[in-house]
Amino acid sequence: MTFTQAILEALESLNGNKMRSGLTVLGIVIGVAAVIAMLAVGNGAQESITGSISSIGTNLLFVFSGSQDGPPGGPGSGRSGNNDRPLTLGDADAISDPFAAPSVELVAPVIQGNGVLTFSGENTSTTISGVTPTYFPVRNMELAEGEPINEEHLLGRMSVVILGPETAIALFGHADGVVGETIRIEGQPFRVIGVLVAKGGGAFGSEDDSAYIPFTTAQARLIKRSSRDQVDVIFVQATTAESVPQAAEEISNIIRTRHRTPIGYDDFTVFTQQDFLSTFETITGVLTIFLGGIAGISLLVGGIGIMNIMLVSVTERTREIGLRKALGARKRDILLQFLTESSLLSLIGGIIGILFGWFIAFVVGRVAIATGNNFVPVVGTDAIILSTSFSAIIGLFFGIYPASRAANLEPVEALRYE
Amino acid sequence: MDLVIEARDLKKTYKMGEIEVHALRGVSFTIQRGEVVSIMGPSGSGKSTMMNTLGCLDRPTSGDYILDGESVAEMTDDQLASVRNRKVGFVFQSFNLLSRLTALGNVELPLRYAGITEGRRDRAKAALEAVGLGDRMTHRPYELSGGQQQRVAVARSLVNNPAIIMADEPTGNLDSKVGKEIMNLLLSLNKDLGTTLIIVTHDPKIAEQTQRVIRLRDGELDTSGEAEGKK
Repeated sequence: MTFTQAILEALESLNGNKMRSGLTVLGIVIGVAAVIAMLAVGNGAQESITGSISSIGTNLLFVFSGSQDGPPGGPGSGRSGNNDRPLTLGDADAISDPFAAPSVELVAPVIQGNGVLTFSGENTSTTISGVTPTYFPVRNMELAEGEPINEEHLLGRMSVVILGPETAIALFGHADGVVGETIRIEGQPFRVIGVLVAKGGGAFGSEDDSAYIPFTTAQARLIKRSSRDQVDVIFVQATTAESVPQAAEEISNIIRTRHRTPIGYDDFTVFTQQDFLSTFETITGVLTIFLGGIAGISLLVGGIGIMNIMLVSVTERTREIGLRKALGARKRDILLQFLTESSLLSLIGGIIGILFGWFIAFVVGRVAIATGNNFVPVVGTDAIILSTSFSAIIGLFFGIYPASRAANLEPVEALRYE
Repeated sequence: MDLVIEARDLKKTYKMGEIEVHALRGVSFTIQRGEVVSIMGPSGSGKSTMMNTLGCLDRPTSGDYILDGESVAEMTDDQLASVRNRKVGFVFQSFNLLSRLTALGNVELPLRYAGITEGRRDRAKAALEAVGLGDRMTHRPYELSGGQQQRVAVARSLVNNPAIIMADEPTGNLDSKVGKEIMNLLLSLNKDLGTTLIIVTHDPKIAEQTQRVIRLRDGELDTSGEAEGKK
């Protein structure tokens, strides 16, 4: 018996019981499709998250108060120990010293709070950041219209505000032509001097929904802190992407000296974008494995379905096996026949499953776009190879037992079987 | 004349739980090439065991069995499969055709297992024509009458040019008229091709048409009525 003959005969035999073959194939289809779709969603999530982290800004470092020993928290999460000193404007100034920290390009101290913005009856609650002029270049933020916060605003503690596009829409109904309007923040009047370009959703909530006022104004009138010079987070831009670790080291040394921290204990944390990336890659990696694992279980169940059907088939065709043996079929002829059938079942299921899984991933992507999420599931070749080979192995593995049972039947017994 | 079957002191013992069943208790006989022999005996006489052993479906517990010059008593399963393929053609009471395959496909089966690809189709066609089914080649078994199905089975049994054809109650599932036709077909094949024919039956009318009757009783040759069986 040649291989092509074996395949033709197996197809004939599977075709002879369409309903049963179809349902068995369906089990594999669902399993493979689930694996493909889940891995695609996992990969898509990973790419979307790493992409949005990259969009935060290149060469970016974050310095915030509190030690790294605990779980990492957001800026100003107030997790500081008793002896921890808060970060101050003095720290920010020291970091911007080009001699002490040659790898640092720009420094932007920020103080943050929440507040209610109102404009003629409309109101919205958002994050209000007190920033310096360096903030916008450090964060890669550009203005759609108007002018940025400058030194003059800072020195004069002026009541000016730059709005994120979403905030502008919430207040005015549109994001353009709002420069010059006066809004109220916590009841105090502020003049809108600019609107940011929309960036889309990020990993830390949308930065399009935000309001930026001069640091000094925030300090004096809106966001109260226990010590006068306190800042919540310092954004630092390194000179190049390669100098980010160098900059982190320099910043740490400067603040350690200034805070006189005990050796081996820092009361502040320097977080780089690479840290964020690797953290989220770990999280999404675990997520992908988890999703793939669950989908893999359904593939396993599909494989057991194949085994089940093959066992029934062997029992049903005992006489046929006996006859074939009487006509001169050797053990391996029978083994090959049944293995071909089970492998074909899983192979067909695998191919349909890949297409189906691709379709599911496509639909998920469409739904994500329709709901405004920037998320594209990625069907990788690795996922295709993985699930195809896995389903072929499952076909072989779960086919071996029934096939060897068929091959080892005694011809006399098999022929007598009713 | 040369011997196609030489059985010497064949014994077969089955274990049914604790009890040993002696199906064959030492049977010796020979069959010459081209002979038509019937094997008779009441049920439980060892008839089926004899047929399984002669057809190389099973090995004897002890004794020698030489089929067409090959000693098969000690062969492995796969060697036995090969001997069955080359030297034995089977005709069963219940035809045993594969319903998914056409008549032609069924007749081709032994050639497939023999690894023959070239001229396989032609040989199968020739065999079907030899049994008078040249116009039914692409029919599937359920589209054929019982007699036609058995003819397909006969074609299948002779397609490999076997040394012997083992027919187990070949007319058992057919009415007497069709049964007669099948018997005539088998006998004419024996005459034309010289194939040795062994028919296992309990029908004396069938046995009458054979040249010699081997009678079994309780696993042994029953020699009492040997003379009347001969034609």
